[in-house]
Order: sequence, then C-alpha cells, then structure tokens
Amino acid sequence: MGTRLRFTFWVKSAQALALALAVCFSLGATDAGTRYNNLNHRLMCTCGCAEILGECNHVGCTSSAGELAELRAGIAGGKSDKEILASFVDKYGAIVLAAPTTHGFDLVAWIAPFAVFGAALMGTILLIRHWSLGKTQFTPQPPSPEMDALHDKIRRETGSDGGF
Amino acid sequence: MATFGSFALLIALALAAYNLLAGAIALRLLATGQPAPISPERLADTARRAGIAGFVAISAAAFALVWLVFTNDFSITYIMEHSNRALPGPYKFAALWSGQEGSLLLWAWLLGTYGFVLRLTHKYDVRLYAYAGTILAAVQVFFLAVVNFAAPPFALMKGAIPDDGNGLNPLLQYPEMVIHPPLLYLGYVGFTVPFAFALGALMMRYPGEKWIKITRLWTMVTWLFLTMGIFLGMHWAYAVLGWGGYWGWDPVENASFMPWLTGTAFLHSVMMQEKKGMMKSWNVWLIFATFLLTLLGTLLTRAGLVSSVHAFAQSSIGTWFVVFMGLVLAVCLFTYILQRSHLKVDNHLESLVSRESSFLFNNLVLLVACFVILWGTLFPVLSEFVVGNKVTVGAPFYNRVAVPIGLFLLFLTGVGPLLPWRATSLRSIRRNFVVPTIAVWATVIVCLAVGVRPWHDGAFDSGNFYALVAFAVSAGVMAAILSEFLRGAGVISQQTGRNLFAATWLLTRRNTRRYGGYIIHIGVVIVVIGLAGAAFNSNAEKELGLHDKLAIGPYTLECVGFTQDSNLNYNSEYAMLDVYKDGKKQFQMTPEKRVYLASQQPQTMVAIHSVLSWDLYVVYEGANPDTGQPIIKAIINPLVSWLWAGVAIIVFGTFVALVPSLTPATAALRVPATRTAPSEPAFKGGL
Repeated sequence: MGTRLRFTFWVKSAQALALALAVCFSLGATDAGTRYNNLNHRLMCTCGCAEILGECNHVGCTSSAGELAELRAGIAGGKSDKEILASFVDKYGAIVLAAPTTHGFDLVAWIAPFAVFGAALMGTILLIRHWSLGKTQFTPQPPSPEMDALHDKIRRETGSDGGF
Repeated sequence: MATFGSFALLIALALAAYNLLAGAIALRLLATGQPAPISPERLADTARRAGIAGFVAISAAAFALVWLVFTNDFSITYIMEHSNRALPGPYKFAALWSGQEGSLLLWAWLLGTYGFVLRLTHKYDVRLYAYAGTILAAVQVFFLAVVNFAAPPFALMKGAIPDDGNGLNPLLQYPEMVIHPPLLYLGYVGFTVPFAFALGALMMRYPGEKWIKITRLWTMVTWLFLTMGIFLGMHWAYAVLGWGGYWGWDPVENASFMPWLTGTAFLHSVMMQEKKGMMKSWNVWLIFATFLLTLLGTLLTRAGLVSSVHAFAQSSIGTWFVVFMGLVLAVCLFTYILQRSHLKVDNHLESLVSRESSFLFNNLVLLVACFVILWGTLFPVLSEFVVGNKVTVGAPFYNRVAVPIGLFLLFLTGVGPLLPWRATSLRSIRRNFVVPTIAVWATVIVCLAVGVRPWHDGAFDSGNFYALVAFAVSAGVMAAILSEFLRGAGVISQQTGRNLFAATWLLTRRNTRRYGGYIIHIGVVIVVIGLAGAAFNSNAEKELGLHDKLAIGPYTLECVGFTQDSNLNYNSEYAMLDVYKDGKKQFQMTPEKRVYLASQQPQTMVAIHSVLSWDLYVVYEGANPDTGQPIIKAIINPLVSWLWAGVAIIVFGTFVALVPSLTPATAALRVPATRTAPSEPAFKGGL
C-alpha cells in the first residue's frame, strides 16, 4: 500500500510539473518592445559585420538603422513575427536570418545535433549494458597445492592486523 | 636582414627535413635490426640535434622579422601591410602575428620551441622521444614549407617603397592582443606534442601506460594555454568590439573551442586508461581528432571558407592545409589499423551507474558539443553546396542547441565524483546525492523568489529558463564538490588534529590531480554562473547633450563634456560621463572612439565599471552628424566579473593538478608522530 501511495505521489508530482511547464511555454502575450528586442536578435545586420542586428554598433553603419526602422514599422503595422521575418528574407535573402529556418534543408541543421546526441547516448547505453551483461562470471578454482600455499601466505600476512 | 631571415627559414626547412628522414631511417633500422653503415642510435641522435638546430634557425628568422618591424623596413610587404612608424613598441611585437605570413612563422617557431624542449628531455625515454621528435619534424616540414613557398614573410615590395606602412589593424591595438594570440597559438601548436607521442607510441607498440602519463602532462599544459587564450580573446572581444558581449559564436571562435572540447575529453578519459586499462583506442583517436581540429581551425581562418571577423585574406593556403590534413588522417588511420591489436582493452564497464560510466558520458557529451559546433560552423558551406543557398548560423542556433548540451555536461560534472568506481548501490546514491539535491531545489526556490523566473512579460523566456537551470545545477555541482573536499578533509582533520583549512590543504597536496581537477570544476561552475548572467542584460541608448542624463539599472549617467584628442597614432573623441547612484556621484567614465591615422579605421574603447553583481558597460557610438552630440549606449551586464574570476580559478586548479602529489612516505612525515595517518580516501580513488 505504502509503495502504491508513493508511486501515486510521484505520478501526481510529475503531472503537476508537466502542467506547470506547459503553462509556462504556452504563455504568449507580448508587448511591442519585447517583440522588437526579440526580433532584432533573430536578424543579422547586412553591412557585412556578421553581427546580430540588435547588437550592431558600427559608426556610420549603412544598414542597421534602416533595418531597425523597417522592423519597427512592421511591428507598428500589425504584422506577425512570421510576416516580418518573411519580408526581410524577401528583401535581403535567407542570410539575414540569424539562424536556419525550420523547413526545407534548413531543418537538417536543427535535427542533426539532436539525432547525433540521441544516437550516441543510446549507443553508449546499449554498449555498457552489453558489457555489464556479458561480463565473465567468477568461477572458483579447484583446490591445488599452489592455491593452498597462497592462502596460507595471505593468512600469515594479514593475521597480525586481525585478518579481514 | 630580410635575406638573413629568408635563408634562416630555408636552413630550418632543410634541418627539419633531415630530422624527419634521418629519424625515420634510424627508427626503421632499430625496429628491423638490419645492419647499417652507421649505428641507428647515432643516426637518431643526429636527427635530434638537427631538430635543435632547426629551432635556432627558426628563432633567427622570427628575430629577423621583429627586427624589421622595429626598424620600419617598409621594403618588406608584410611590414608595410602590418606596421607603421607611429605604432607603439608592444604592438610592433603584435605585428608578428597580425598577418598570415607572420602568424605562420610564429606557429613554426612555437612548434620549434616545443620540439626543442622535447628533444632536450629525450633521456626520459630515448626511443619514444625519438618517435615523437620525428613526427614533430614531419609537422614542422609542412609549416616551414608553407612559410618558405606559399606565405613567405620576407617577400619584398614591388614598385616604390612607401615612406610609412598601413599600420596594425586597430582591433589588435589593445594590450590583451599582445598576449592573446601567442597563448592561443601555444595551445593550438602544443597539441602537436601529445599527438606526436600518441602516434609514436602506437607505431612502436609502446608497452604500458607511461606514454599516457607523459602525454597527459603535455596536454594539460597545452590545454591551459588554450583555455587562457580563449578567455583572453573573450575579454578582448568584450572590451574592444563594443557590442556588449564576449562570445559571438564566430567561426574562428568556434575553431578554437573545438580542440579545447576534445582536449578536455582526452584529459578525462585518459584516467580510465591509466586506472582501468579501458578506452585505449578512444584516447588515441581523441588526440588525433584534437590535432586535426587545430589544423581545421587554421584552415578556417586562412582559406576564406567561412566569413569571420578573424579571418585572414582569402588565399591558396587552404589547399596546403586540406592536403596536409588528408595526409595526417591517412597516416593515423593506417597506423591504427596496423597496430589496433596493441590497443585491446584490459577491462570493460560493469555498470551503467558508476564513475567509469560518468567519464564515458562526459566524453560523449563533450564530443557531441564539438560536433554541434563543427556542424553549425560548416552548415552554411553545406547548405550552399546542397541547395545553393547560403544561410547564417549565428548565436540563436547555438543558444538553442549547445546551451542544453552544456547544461547536461555541467550536471555530469557534479554527478561524476559522487559515483563510486565499478558499480553503485541505491543506498550510496541516496547518501551522496542528498546535499546536492537540496542545494539544487533551494536555489530554484530562492531564484524564483527573487525574480529569476522562466517567463518575462507573460511569455516564456528561454534565456531566463536556462539561466534558472544553470544557477540550480551550478549550486548542486558546487555542493557536490565542496562535500567531497569536506569529507576528505574531515577524515584528515580527525586523524591529525589539524583544523579544517589545513586538512583541506593537506588533502589537496596528497592528491593534487584529483583535487586540482575539483578546483577546475569549481572554476567552471563560476564561469557558468557568469555566462547565465547574460540572460538578464539590459541596455539604454540616448543622444546626450551637455548635462543630459541617461538612466540604466541603479545608475544615472550625466554628460559633463565631450571632447577630442589626437596623437601620432590616432585621433579620438570621447564623452565624459559622471555616474550617479542613489543621487550621489560615484565615478566618471570616458568611453572613447578612435580613428587610426595610418589605416583610417575606427575603433571603440569601451568604458567598463565592474563590480561583483554586474558591469556597467558604456559605449561611445559616435557623434550625431546633425547635432554634434555624442550617442551613448549603456549596458548592464550582470555577473560578468564571475566569468573572469572563474577563469582565474580554472588556471589555479590546473597549476595545482600539475604539481606532483605528496607521496605516502612524505605525507606521513608531515603528520604528528603520535598520530600516524592511515590510508584515507584521497589515496584510494584518485580522480
């Protein structure tokens, strides 16, 4: 009974945790400032400095001010994040996005690391299980004069310390 | 002097080639026992001496280049492109590695220096050192061939000789740039030595694990240099680039990080080979991979393969590196296939939950992290090749993919030392994990209470979430490490009557490798806490007229002046900002923007005020052309000083781990005669 209660407790705890996480992930209301900050970190400055748009601080950068203005206009115009990003890609090419998209060949960029991690983890677990299951069992050797002499020697040497 | 330098390089190449050929012939004769007109031992010794002489020749060439920089000899193309008359003295040294040709010469010189040390200490194991020295000579031949024929540093200017040079890249005119690249190169080049030992030991079927001990020491020293080089680079990026961060996942930053990851994996897995006779092939391949990654990093920087702020001009040198990497890989594969029977393991893992398994998983995660970074770095090239469309793989990708992997690695850092060797029981897990688990949950509760929550403005915030996880896991790992120290020190304290501090000191000295490793882990935890602080950055930007104010965090910045200055090297504009906190003036900051005269390139000099909780980071973004007033950007970067403090602890821990442990005999002499110290945990397990 105690075991069952304990099991139920852990299941309920796990459910509560999952629910809490789901709530956290699904909360979606954002203000314009947060969206602006979020989006300017998902875009690159196109001046060739290879910096995130929101972090480009070159003196007299010819690109970032214009791009940031476009971004502000997009948000003010009521466009969704997806529409804003799509408009940037249309204008500057896919290289304007700070990370690969999640469709087409770009998806491979996201899947490969986790696939490799999963495969390596699974492979290692299976390998260790194979080793631990296949380890040689200890079989006592039959008595022999050599083994008896060795046992006597061990007893003599360890006897003074009270043995094992 | 240029002729002297060129000849010195040619002589160095000839000596390296002799070292390689004579060494290879001598080792072959020794292995086969064939009769020869000269004894193989003598031949091998001449090869060794050629290696030492080669170091002298490369040193002469490096000296010649530095001399030419200091004497402003603009008849040399390299000097004209990377120096000018007004360049301050220390930066003239930096000119040695600021361009392709000079940095390759530096590489060859550092390799020569490592080889010099190795060849001087050859009596430790003459035959193994002869193998390692010959392999080093092979690598040296490649680099010297490159600097002699593909990227000669002493090439003469064509046409009229200019009166002054183009000057050093302004980004490099910063004190850390005088030491960051050499340290990074010491790390990069240093991995050639463990590679040479590993390959040599495999070639000669070296008996026992002594080569592992030799290699481990070299690897630790090299790893230390690379660690310091990487973090100095981060600090330079933070203080000079002016974007408020320290790591941009730039391809060249990634290139330095990859061998660091595999080197770290090697330093962990090598213990498995020493203690249990396991992972022999794995270790050999880790070292091979680390060396190949250092070459790949050099290729990425020099071939124009990926775009990077660090990259040198695109050149044909990439082909040389591709061919050499192919050759190295072929030799490694061939040797491994030929000698793999020598790498049969003595033991296998017995349990999924054990210290050995934690080492294996730690290695796995480090290698996956390395793969992720390699994948992200090369994906733009792959994408262009497959679909003809180049994409950007920037920080958002790595933050989503590499950060969770990093946190899992941090978790393993804490779990590993809590698990016993061979196998563990549920009871011991409960006993060992209680304190760290309490630390984790207590941290979560405290963080949530003080406002570190995984949501922001009503939306889930992955940055805050990862920061929360990082703080919690860091607390757990710290608790695990400190409890290890306390447990061992408590035993010594009971046995010797020393206080806990003295007992901890003795404990560390008795097993410097294990407890030095733990100190390094503490440093890593502190670094992670510093990195997690980035989730809470805040910034403000404003054009400031005289006595205008800008509020950020607890500070108010008041512009009390903006002015200009100039010297022979650059013109500068800077703002003078009084910083107030709680209505009281605290200090003044002077963010600056420089324009270097020789190159006409601008450079940011950020003003940073650092305290334990955060950095106040102020950038002078330039003057508004319409009003002439300065545009100031201020950033509050929480916990950045923890990052640098963590690195200092890592360096200290590495030094501790490099110091030989007290032997049981000497340790016994250090405890009072009336209370003999019996064997205690520090001697049993090791790390």
